[in-house]
Amino acid sequence: MTTYILKRLGLALVTLWLLSVIVFFACQVLPGDPGRAILGNLASPSAVAALDHQLGVDRPLIEQYWTWITGVLHGNFGKSTQFSAPVEPYVRAALINSLKLAALAFVIVVPLGVIGGVVAALNYGRPADRIISVAGLSATTVPEFVSGIVVIVVFGVALKALPVSASAGAGASPASQFQHLILPAIPLILVLFGYISRMARAGTIEALNSDYTRTATLKGLKREVVIRRHVLRNSLLPTITVIATQLGYLIGGLVIVEVLFNYQGIGNLIYTAAKTKDFPMLAAGVLTIGIVYMVATLIADILYTVLNPRLRLGGAE
Amino acid sequence: MTDVAAEPTTQVAVASARGEMPPWRLLLRRPTFIVGAAILLFWVVCAIFGHLIAPQDPFAQQLLATNKAPSGAHWFGTDQIGRDVFSRVLVGARSILVIAFFATVLGTVAGTALGLAMGYLGGTFDIVGGRIVEAVLALPLIVVAFVFVAALGPSPPTIIVVIGLVFTPLIARTVRSAVLVERQQDYLASARLLGENRSYIMFVEVLPNVLPVVLVEFTVRLGYAIFTIAGLSFLGFGVQPPTPDWGADISANYGVLPAGYWWMTLFPALAIASLVIAINLVTDSIEQVIAS
Repeated sequence: MTTYILKRLGLALVTLWLLSVIVFFACQVLPGDPGRAILGNLASPSAVAALDHQLGVDRPLIEQYWTWITGVLHGNFGKSTQFSAPVEPYVRAALINSLKLAALAFVIVVPLGVIGGVVAALNYGRPADRIISVAGLSATTVPEFVSGIVVIVVFGVALKALPVSASAGAGASPASQFQHLILPAIPLILVLFGYISRMARAGTIEALNSDYTRTATLKGLKREVVIRRHVLRNSLLPTITVIATQLGYLIGGLVIVEVLFNYQGIGNLIYTAAKTKDFPMLAAGVLTIGIVYMVATLIADILYTVLNPRLRLGGAE
Repeated sequence: MTDVAAEPTTQVAVASARGEMPPWRLLLRRPTFIVGAAILLFWVVCAIFGHLIAPQDPFAQQLLATNKAPSGAHWFGTDQIGRDVFSRVLVGARSILVIAFFATVLGTVAGTALGLAMGYLGGTFDIVGGRIVEAVLALPLIVVAFVFVAALGPSPPTIIVVIGLVFTPLIARTVRSAVLVERQQDYLASARLLGENRSYIMFVEVLPNVLPVVLVEFTVRLGYAIFTIAGLSFLGFGVQPPTPDWGADISANYGVLPAGYWWMTLFPALAIASLVIAINLVTDSIEQVIAS
């Protein structure tokens, strides 16, 4: 098992390096040059060239990449061109905000999705199953800003029940912060519900059709006992992987929800950075999303191996 | 030798047994497919003939009738500069459908070719391809699309190419696994023994057998493409105003939602929702028919 984990770590490092190259080159081909973006259309070409030189964006790409990546490895993501200040505090604050929103959505959607999937599987082929499956699939594919708008119209405008802006303002109490996060969390919950319930459903159906479930039923165990002891334990294993992969989505896919609800998270950060052509900020934000995603996937893989007795014992031999 | 000779006969037999109930007949017996296809067809008709169907000019600004709530004159109301929302929603089907369709076609063709090569040729090609797929997958689709479109400037061809290229590795991965299954089959061994060249085997022998997988991938990706394009337009990196476009119209008007002007945002939003749900109903039905 240790070799497996080490191998997995090695692969993750290679992927991370590739990701950094992609992020760097994507951000570097941004239209216009940063000097022009900062100084505006009226600035003289010589002033733009001087600022470009000062920012170091007139050097060869490979050299710029090297400077950037060695900085990143030392925890230095460069200076934001829009704030003329180091990038890290902004990224850190935004990441914390995003994690709060993501955590709320997650705490609600995981039990909901698992229960939905298991209920669908236990009613396999019946109307309850069809409704949960089709509704889940539809909820997953409707863009977050579409469901977000429906939610704003219904709860914020028509019922005036909840605040439509996600930020509660500086120094707001946790209760008020929580209240402001409920509406933005709903679109995320809708998207994730489909994925999680689908996986839980598939896992449960497979477990229900297995030999060990048949044996358990034939030896006279009650249906609830069979489901709890034999079906659920096996069916939830693949679901864990999906849940962890969706954590990455949740943090990255927040872009739209954060823009719609005007919430200062990592999604809003890269959105503003792209609009203002703030290259160091954009690269740091996108790279952070990639790293968070990869760490989540890695944890899921390792967890899956640790929890699955077949892989655990197989690796020990 | 007998085995090789027996192979084509069995395949013909299977094909004719299936021929009694062609797949499209099975599809038409599914209510979910009918509903999905009907909605999809409606939007396709709007995309093609929208300008003719729309009751009013989607660009015309009636400055004396701005922010009007839905009524007999304006079924979906008017927006902040007095344009008819109903007409804009009908005509707006075009940009999103055209871009999504071409992006998905590009991704499917390139992804299928890459997947065939990765699965059939294997080796270094497969390893390098696999790493790139992983790296692309490490970022949410909308983030990748948005970073590249922001870099290259938002125009329909750019969006098509960027989304098509992001889809390529994803589709390649699925096709690759299907090809790996096919590789085990006897008919490929026979083709190799007959001395057929690699590209002939890949495209003439393997490709037809993985086509169902490709078809499902195409419909699934079409849904994602709509999702992503609508998102890009909403963020201001997609279709640019004043072209009628659902995502862009939502982006232009959601700011006045708290003031109670819900119609100019809600109707384009519902249009997007109905389109993606329709595509999913169709996808789901095709998947089930192929599985059965």
